[in-house]
Amino acid sequence: RRPHSASLANKVFIQRDYSEGTVCKFQTKFPSELDSRIEKTLFEDTVKTLNNYYAEAEKIGGHSYLEGCLACITAYLIFLCMETRYEKVLKKISRYIQEQNEKIYAPRGLLITDPIERGMRVIEISIYEDRGSSGSSSGSSTTSSSGR
Amino acid sequence: MSAVMISRKVTRKWEKLPGKNTFCCDGRVMMARQKGVFYLTLFLIVGTCALFFAFECPYLAVRLSAAIPVFAIVLFLFVMAMLLRTSFSDPGVLPRALPEEANFIEMEIEAANGSIQAGQRPPPRIRNVQINNQIVKLKYCYTCKIFRPPRASHCSICDNCVDRFDHHCPWVGNCVGKRNYRYFYLFTLSLSLLTIYIFTFDIVHVALRSMDSGFLNTLKETPGTVIEVLVCFFTLWSVVGLTGFHTYLISLNQTTNEDIKGSWSGKNRIQNPYSHKNIIKNCCEVLCGPTYPSVLDRRGLMSVEAPSSTSSPPTPDNAATKSNPATPNTKTTAPLIPNEHTPDEAKPGIGTPPQKTNGSIPKEGKPSSPRGASPKRSPAPIVVKESAH
Repeated sequence: RRPHSASLANKVFIQRDYSEGTVCKFQTKFPSELDSRIEKTLFEDTVKTLNNYYAEAEKIGGHSYLEGCLACITAYLIFLCMETRYEKVLKKISRYIQEQNEKIYAPRGLLITDPIERGMRVIEISIYEDRGSSGSSSGSSTTSSSGR
Repeated sequence: MSAVMISRKVTRKWEKLPGKNTFCCDGRVMMARQKGVFYLTLFLIVGTCALFFAFECPYLAVRLSAAIPVFAIVLFLFVMAMLLRTSFSDPGVLPRALPEEANFIEMEIEAANGSIQAGQRPPPRIRNVQINNQIVKLKYCYTCKIFRPPRASHCSICDNCVDRFDHHCPWVGNCVGKRNYRYFYLFTLSLSLLTIYIFTFDIVHVALRSMDSGFLNTLKETPGTVIEVLVCFFTLWSVVGLTGFHTYLISLNQTTNEDIKGSWSGKNRIQNPYSHKNIIKNCCEVLCGPTYPSVLDRRGLMSVEAPSSTSSPPTPDNAATKSNPATPNTKTTAPLIPNEHTPDEAKPGIGTPPQKTNGSIPKEGKPSSPRGASPKRSPAPIVVKESAH
């Protein structure tokens, strides 16, 4: 939970990393706005874990073939009662983000938004300022070229 | 005493989604606006099969085997399931950027471009990414205010950016994109099989029955046969050709959109960075890949409080996402240029087809030309509409 006297100061958007194609992967580059708020390693760990989850969801292998063939044979009606693997992993991701928020980010005045709520395009990190201190970082210094 | 009545009206997010889609069943079904051709498709398939079951099946079940109508029913149900799944599902629409994200991108663009002298045209909004050692350009979508992911494209009919956009198919009344491409392919494949099946057994039926009662009598007894044969004949050419075309695309891991624009062909163009260079792998990825979830939240709730004592209007645009507490209601104040078209890039490739195509005919040899009265499918069923944003 964020402190009840905090106000939203800024938002940082972690962009997608397309270097390996269209698989869902986010850049691990540490944004400068978070420099004073959180340790670089913690941030990178979070993003890398999320990337691993997405890689697991999108992995093409025995399991996905089986799921695909089974679904096709039943004219995809099986999805009315069965959860797809991707959906299962998304639930895991949601729990992980909630846990990270509670343990690591909220105590530092930050909040991670689940990428699925932003079209899987960005990881939105909201930065909160204590109302006591003046909102100094209202105009964000933009990050230098978003990495390729 | 003031009686403050607060009426709480619950709206689901699909009611406020931008774009030109229509939604049914409280957001569960998502289609394009023009559905006329889709109804025609339904009518033709259901009608032809109904005639087949009415006229041919009783005779063939007795004369040859009961398995014939049974298999036809199974095939028909599969075709309908695939058609409805293609038509009703979210093709992979990318939601538009919320104001803060749009602002963030704007500021990044401004920082990257530096200062522009007055009177000079701003440079096109392109981002270069390296995918598998090839440079791919990501274009900025002025409508959705995002840089489109690779392989995504903006459908001007539905006014949405769609991931892995293949084409907008009026026959299914929806875009074909990442999430429903395999259903679309299975639909064309199974429809080809169904058409061949009905056509074959129509001929068999007429042949057998003619031996018993003569050719003209047969036609009089089962007039439906003539209609079925006509419909199947015209359908065969187009649907089988379409299936073949998409099989070719799948083996190369290409989309119709990329094929028509010639993204990966021509000497000066790059090779397809998404292809595994292996037909089996490409087929497996497209057809047996993971089932992607919809990122468009259609059935989420947006609760609207409308106190009748005050005159403040409700704020339906305030998306009540659970972890976004302070979404500002004002639209972005950054200097966004609405719906401006990017200047055309120089097209270095040879014989590059134009970007806007209508009624495109696939490059592969489709053995057809427009036929006479009431063809079930014209030879060019694909309408690729992409606005050159």
